[in-house]
Amino acid sequence: MGFLTYLINGLSLGSVYAIIALGYTMVYGIAKMLNFAHGDVIMIGAYVTFIGMSSSGIPAVPAIVISIIVCTALGMLIEKVAYSPLRKATNLAVLITAIGVSYFLQNIALLLFGSNPVSFTSVVKWQGLSLAGGQLKITGNAIVTIISCLIIMVCLMWFVKHTKPGQAMRAVSEDRDAATLMGINVNATISLTFAIGSGLAAVAGALLCSSYPSLTPYTGSMPGIKAFTAAVFGGIGSIPGALLGGLLLGIIEILAKAYISSQLADAIVFAVLIIVLLVKPTGILGKQIKEKV
Amino acid sequence: MALLEVTNLGISFGGLRAVDEFNLSIEKGELYGLIGPNGAGKTTVFNMLTGIYKPTDGKIFLDKTDITGRKTADINKAGVARTFQNIRLFGDQSVLDNVKIGLHNSFEYGTATGILRLPKYFATEKEMNNKALEILSVFGLDSAADILASNLPYGKQRELEIARALATGPKLLLLDEPAAGMNPNETRDLMNTIALIRKEFGITILLIEHDMKLVSGICEKLTVLNFGRVLSSGLTSDVLNDPEVIKAYLGE
Amino acid sequence: MKNMNKSTQKLLSTIGVIVVLYIVLSVMEGTGNLSSLLSGLLVPVCAYSLVAVGLNLCVGYLGELSLGHAGFMCVGAFASAFFSKVFMNTIPDVPRFILSLLIGTCFAALFGFLIAIPVLRLSGDYLAIVTLAFGEIIKNVINVIYIGMDSKGLHFSMKDMLSLGMEPGGTLVVNGAQGITGTPRQSTFTLAVILLILALVITHNFVNSRTGRAVKAIRDNQIAAETVGLPITKYKLIAFTISAAIAGVGGVLYAHNINSLIATTNNFGYNMSIMILVYVVLGGIGNFSGSVVAAVVLTLLPELLRGLSTYRMLIYSIVLIALMLFNWAPSILEYRNKHGLTAAAIAAKFKKKNTKEVS
Repeated sequence: MGFLTYLINGLSLGSVYAIIALGYTMVYGIAKMLNFAHGDVIMIGAYVTFIGMSSSGIPAVPAIVISIIVCTALGMLIEKVAYSPLRKATNLAVLITAIGVSYFLQNIALLLFGSNPVSFTSVVKWQGLSLAGGQLKITGNAIVTIISCLIIMVCLMWFVKHTKPGQAMRAVSEDRDAATLMGINVNATISLTFAIGSGLAAVAGALLCSSYPSLTPYTGSMPGIKAFTAAVFGGIGSIPGALLGGLLLGIIEILAKAYISSQLADAIVFAVLIIVLLVKPTGILGKQIKEKV
Repeated sequence: MALLEVTNLGISFGGLRAVDEFNLSIEKGELYGLIGPNGAGKTTVFNMLTGIYKPTDGKIFLDKTDITGRKTADINKAGVARTFQNIRLFGDQSVLDNVKIGLHNSFEYGTATGILRLPKYFATEKEMNNKALEILSVFGLDSAADILASNLPYGKQRELEIARALATGPKLLLLDEPAAGMNPNETRDLMNTIALIRKEFGITILLIEHDMKLVSGICEKLTVLNFGRVLSSGLTSDVLNDPEVIKAYLGE
Repeated sequence: MKNMNKSTQKLLSTIGVIVVLYIVLSVMEGTGNLSSLLSGLLVPVCAYSLVAVGLNLCVGYLGELSLGHAGFMCVGAFASAFFSKVFMNTIPDVPRFILSLLIGTCFAALFGFLIAIPVLRLSGDYLAIVTLAFGEIIKNVINVIYIGMDSKGLHFSMKDMLSLGMEPGGTLVVNGAQGITGTPRQSTFTLAVILLILALVITHNFVNSRTGRAVKAIRDNQIAAETVGLPITKYKLIAFTISAAIAGVGGVLYAHNINSLIATTNNFGYNMSIMILVYVVLGGIGNFSGSVVAAVVLTLLPELLRGLSTYRMLIYSIVLIALMLFNWAPSILEYRNKHGLTAAAIAAKFKKKNTKEVS
């Protein structure tokens, strides 16, 4: 039963990674940039939810909705102020700017909320299920996290496939110049992508801190890096890839912690990533692009 | 045996047969033309000859050595150099350095010698500079040696690419549409240059060309490619009068 | 030829400025005019500069983005500190430090080489993420290593101190997450400056040599480089290995400047890799002197802002974003071109005022 418990915990953590990875993978697919500040948007989202619930006494769902609104606005603002002026600059310049934004968010949070960790109250009040006569306990957090992840995934895939803005997103990610010629508003599409990614970050923040309740201005940093790894793992730019990468990463991490060494878990996660990329250089579901001679 | 002997060369991309049963024989010193409509597979042939694509069938012999499917760098060492349809210079380096990179395998000193600036470094660099300037002067590019390659005018960039290819000391030079994007004057200059380097370097040349005037003016022999297959091949005058070729080029 | 002379001139003037700064700072330190905060930063600044110079070789000349150079710095730091600690009482100070410098550099180079073999098959952002992953692995693994020393020799464990099974009188050299304590503090400012100048000379000579030209050719156009007969993998490996080795030297300096060497996210993890990358990009990709300038300015900036206490890192991040936009945003560059605010134009104005200082 121990193994099953670990597996479910892994799926739960992996679901959080998958939701964060979506933000990375969509932004990468459409704006061709690594948004290093994405992890910090998660942290801001978690703080907003925390304040809503603890200080203002708002119930969990409206608190998360407020957090989604704040993060969406924040994501669009960041894109407008820091990234859009650099749209035609080299990738490296945008990457460094994203790092600057990441520092900025961390330090704003440090000023506003201080460096002491706050104890996040779970957004899920339900205790969860107890199966097989109490031997297998599944927390409410895990169930809600996994289900939220699946719902988000399905909605997003539907959105990208069947709606006009979704089609515009796919077009921009295929070929930005051609999309412009076809009359697609590239700026609006990129802005929308950031909005969706950041809104999801708010959800991820609330779910992450429900399972791992210690919240500091640096909380988003490591999960951000790992979710980015998950996105690369699954094939960056691919939405199903983010799901697959996120889940695998979460499971590997929890199992490594349980069975090998808790200190080496991260090393093992990264080692698996390296092996996957060496076997399949564009990730599990990534597309191979060859240079034309 | 001819300098370049290609037999039954073929390649497939997925289900698409891009080139099939391609045969070619070029004697030492010849100037040979490979012509055909867009998408006929001419550049694909070049890419197989230089190892950028691995052929699915057939053999390529250069000077009696089998070079089929070998690595690009090794094929160059064996004696094949090329230019590209879409110019590929080392744009962030000077004109002189572009040619010196072509000379890379003809002159030798180790990485440590370069870092420590031992006497051999200075001696070899000097030799390389002289040799590179000598090659550049054939194209009248020696006065532009210090300019960044990407800052050269278009026609000069094409010539620099040829100079760089020549610097590797090839037996066979492959030119992929050398006159593409040139005006009639530049094209005429280029024809003279090609004739000149053939004489000066005693080299065998295979060129891909669209410009029929250029082809008929300088090539002794032609092979016409259409839909990945050889349509006609032989002496230039014969090929150009071949009804099949006229049909393919002018339509019915 | 002119090109080469220009870059040599630039190297010489950079070295000149470094030497002048060194003399000024040394005199200030000797006369007690340097705040303890600033004097404590002298060696770290040189160490960061070294890593930045190494990374710039990778980013600017090999054309590959590495987010794992802090890992090579980490390897250099731990290998050399381990050696110094083990032979603390058996080898005299000077030869021991020289040996530990060599060992740190060689280990970083070895790791760079081993990592480069698989990694250089990838390119672009994939290469970046894999180097980041390697950096994290190195840091993580070092945190679980325990090495002890007694009369029987060395004892190694990846579990804990007790499983080393040492004799009672044995000393613990590497103590897991607590790292190495009591490394001799031999990194002086003089030494750091000498090593930095050496790295600048080596990188300059390298990129202007036959091998360096080949590396640049591969960066500019890999397919063309292959068709002129360059062995791509070999030169990529050489460049990456040298780049890692220089980062290792930075690590050696860093390790011998502090009492307790531990590997955390901030000193050897991706945070450090990213910080160094910021130096490289702000100082100019491919511009070694620029990397040093950026490392110095950006290390000192937060310290100079210390009076602003909690706001300093916030200001730092805003300055960073503003600088990136100022230097790279196409619309801002256009504006600067129109109003004579380009770097060249500003430098020209500056030159007129301070002709002597610049030459």
